[in-house]
Amino acid sequence: MTTTDAPKAAPPPTGKRRIGDVVFAGLARGSGLLILVILAGVAAFLVIQAWPSLLANTSNFLTDQSWEANTRENPSFGVAALAFGTVLAASIALLLATPIAIGIALFIVYYAPRRLAATLGYLVDLLAAIPSVVYGLWGMMVLAPQLVPVYEGMTRYLGWIPLFAGPSSTSGRTLLTAGIVLAVMILPIITAMSRDVFHQVPQGHREAALAMGATRWEMIRLAVLPFGKSGIVGGAMLGLGRALGETMAVAMILSPSLAISFNLLQSGNQTIAAHIALQYPEATGYGVSALIAAGLVLFTITLAVNMGARYVVARGNKESA
Amino acid sequence: MSTRTTQPPAPGSKTGGNKFDLRSGTLPRRFPAALLAGCAVVVAGVLTLFSSFGLILWALMTAVAYAAIIVATSVRVEGGRKAKDRLVTALVYGCFLVAMTPLVSLLYTVVVHGMDRFSPYFLTVSMNGVLPSMDAGGVYHAIVGTLAITGMATLLAVPIGVLTAVYLVEYAQGRIKKVITFFVDVMTGIPSIVAGLFVVALWIILFGPGHTNGAAGALSLTVLMIPVVVRSSEEMLRLVPRDLREASYALGVPKWRTITKVVLPTSAAGLTTGIMLAIARVIGETAPLVLTAGSSAVSINWNLFDGQMMNLPVFIYSQFRMGGAVNYERAWAAALTLVLIVMLLFILARLVGRFFSPKTR
Amino acid sequence: MAKRIDVSGLHVYYGDFLAVEDVTMTIEPRSVTAFIGSSGCGKSTFLRTLNRMHEVTPGARAEGKVLLDDLDIYGPDVDPVLVRSEIGMVFQKANPFPTMSIYDNVIAGARLNNKRMSKSEADDLVEESLRGANLWKEVKDRLDKPGAGLSGGQQQRLCIARATAVKPSVLLMDEPCSALDPISTLAIEDLIHNLKEDYTIVIVTHNMQQAARVSDRTAFFNLSAPGKPGRLIEMGETNQIFTRPEQKDTENYITGRFG
Repeated sequence: MTTTDAPKAAPPPTGKRRIGDVVFAGLARGSGLLILVILAGVAAFLVIQAWPSLLANTSNFLTDQSWEANTRENPSFGVAALAFGTVLAASIALLLATPIAIGIALFIVYYAPRRLAATLGYLVDLLAAIPSVVYGLWGMMVLAPQLVPVYEGMTRYLGWIPLFAGPSSTSGRTLLTAGIVLAVMILPIITAMSRDVFHQVPQGHREAALAMGATRWEMIRLAVLPFGKSGIVGGAMLGLGRALGETMAVAMILSPSLAISFNLLQSGNQTIAAHIALQYPEATGYGVSALIAAGLVLFTITLAVNMGARYVVARGNKESA
Repeated sequence: MSTRTTQPPAPGSKTGGNKFDLRSGTLPRRFPAALLAGCAVVVAGVLTLFSSFGLILWALMTAVAYAAIIVATSVRVEGGRKAKDRLVTALVYGCFLVAMTPLVSLLYTVVVHGMDRFSPYFLTVSMNGVLPSMDAGGVYHAIVGTLAITGMATLLAVPIGVLTAVYLVEYAQGRIKKVITFFVDVMTGIPSIVAGLFVVALWIILFGPGHTNGAAGALSLTVLMIPVVVRSSEEMLRLVPRDLREASYALGVPKWRTITKVVLPTSAAGLTTGIMLAIARVIGETAPLVLTAGSSAVSINWNLFDGQMMNLPVFIYSQFRMGGAVNYERAWAAALTLVLIVMLLFILARLVGRFFSPKTR
Repeated sequence: MAKRIDVSGLHVYYGDFLAVEDVTMTIEPRSVTAFIGSSGCGKSTFLRTLNRMHEVTPGARAEGKVLLDDLDIYGPDVDPVLVRSEIGMVFQKANPFPTMSIYDNVIAGARLNNKRMSKSEADDLVEESLRGANLWKEVKDRLDKPGAGLSGGQQQRLCIARATAVKPSVLLMDEPCSALDPISTLAIEDLIHNLKEDYTIVIVTHNMQQAARVSDRTAFFNLSAPGKPGRLIEMGETNQIFTRPEQKDTENYITGRFG
């Protein structure tokens, strides 16, 4: 008796599977999995296409600074100078952008008149909407000439610092100019992340600071900045990832050379992304394959930075929860 | 009761007995504004005297002078803590101004230089048959290419992106959810040039070396667009209240119809905003298209699968690389066209988000 | 020194909306004054105007006079920052700074006024304030641990220690026990008893027994009608308010007939 009743008493909890549900769920799941396939494809195709040139390379890919890849035999190329230029340009951008972005975020969340705050926030977001090629055009045609006298002044008064040694570039097309434009481009990214965490600072913490007689700045120092630290760091690292991969602005502004140089006021250095964009149209022989190998290095660097950023933010969220 | 034995701290010691005062030296309410105006006038006068007046230099020097004077007076009148507060306030306002300087300068130059050549003629002719020496030609073919390439990228990325977001919000759980979320994050970080190289590598395997066409460009933009669409859609779907779904289930509506008839329509405005912002984001992408769609097409090409396809960002870049006076004019005018399109998308997206989102209260 | 507060003709607005209407009262030094009334009647709003904390809320403003021992805290040239270091506040939800240790939490406010405090002075102040908050014995061995690791009741006493370390003359408490269990509540009530020897204390509470237990004087706030501003209905010795209220509204509220 009990055995025969059992199946009726306990039907499968989901009931019968409707055909619509099955199809729709399948589509949704398929899309999710497709993303994994695409990413695997990106990595796989890049490796496959980079491989021939890496095998044929007669120099050490990671330590060599020259780029003689456009041959059918014995190419010789390395990413050392490019990787250095990439990291240097992105670091300049990060150093310039982070403090300003924190300032803007504080301005929008705590200082600006409340009625204007949202609009002013949009204005900052607009910086992110401008295409990088337009930034390149502006950086090269407007900003670089403006900076020439500034650079001259810097070499005159700060020339004893190796970074600023003269003679400065007469065109202004230097790594520092590229770094400044990159800084403008990543400002909205860091600002957006910082704004988000500043909005999340519990009112209780802010009021606690004010109630014991803190000025606005002391309130920010006691309650806002410590709370927002992980978000700021995460935002800065996302900005760094963006700056590392940015192509056009650097390709159009920098007057490049393939050698490692610490001098920021003379033309020189080059980044991976800009090198790929400039070299690709002329690439022959092992050229394309070698550029794909360089792209793989860029991919790896940005991946590491982005994952670091997510990790910092996730850890911060866990701590404050 | 043992708690009663301890004595609380005696207050009032800091002010010394009965003498206490809540007033501190305070600068008059209008002082900062007046000082700022004063600085602006004086700096303008000095700069004009040395005949080196420049808008940016003027703003910069006014800001520095204002900050220095307000902090100095505040230290004297209000004391160190207040002065520090004033300094930070000046700095924070300064940061915002510093960020607005490039935005204003950039938009100003794009409009001023762009207007030289921006005309109905420029928008409606291509570069077909235009020789380097000629003062002619326009961006029609590039607008066509931009529309076709971005359109195809949108058609590919939006279904994949929105469905993935639906999967993450409504279906996925546990490990697979974490994995997909993680890789969407990874995808967000792919540099645009690497997306271009990916398609180059794929096209070499599929069609052999040297093939460029609009479809390749669209595919590289798709790779860049998918994670943006997933992220924004996910956020929008999560805003749909649980009760709405439960109300629908309670009526016996199956899950897939609940999603298509209740969840998606409720978040339609938000999804549209996200998609438009994603389009605005990729429509200006240059680097991947230089590699995939080619940079030398001059004629009108509506066929994504047949040969090189010009588009606005690459047009700007290639004219810039040619470097003649006419080329620069074309580059600026094309930049104006592109910026107008992006701004339009940007503003439309915000308007859709504001006016068409269902009122929650 | 505990100080006395005289409020006269105080109105509080949120934008155009009048939230609290025409309050006049005197708060005696070295005593506990309780504000009671149904939710939304403006008693917390009014409390916040006593140290100008309402100015933190956008659009909120107060009109009228609040004298702290004859000094108008809304007078010209008065600095709200100084007002708040003279009139401290403890909030409904304990809010120690999550990134700071217990020690740093206590000393945070005092450091603002006195940067060059020596290590031994700081140590003394922390011990004194924590003893005053009946918390010293429980935390003296883990002063360098984060304040967020304490129990709810301990966190609230930490917040009281933090407020007293600034050496104010008045302590405002906005429903300090509403998130606590009965035992922690008792500990705080004990503490309030001790603190009133040196401070003027104002406490907003929803709990009438609590008001009866801890306060010397009680003020009853109520809305004249739904959507109308809150007003002070009656104020007097706690004993009198709870046994012989003069107003009908007060009696109805005390006896639980509404609210």
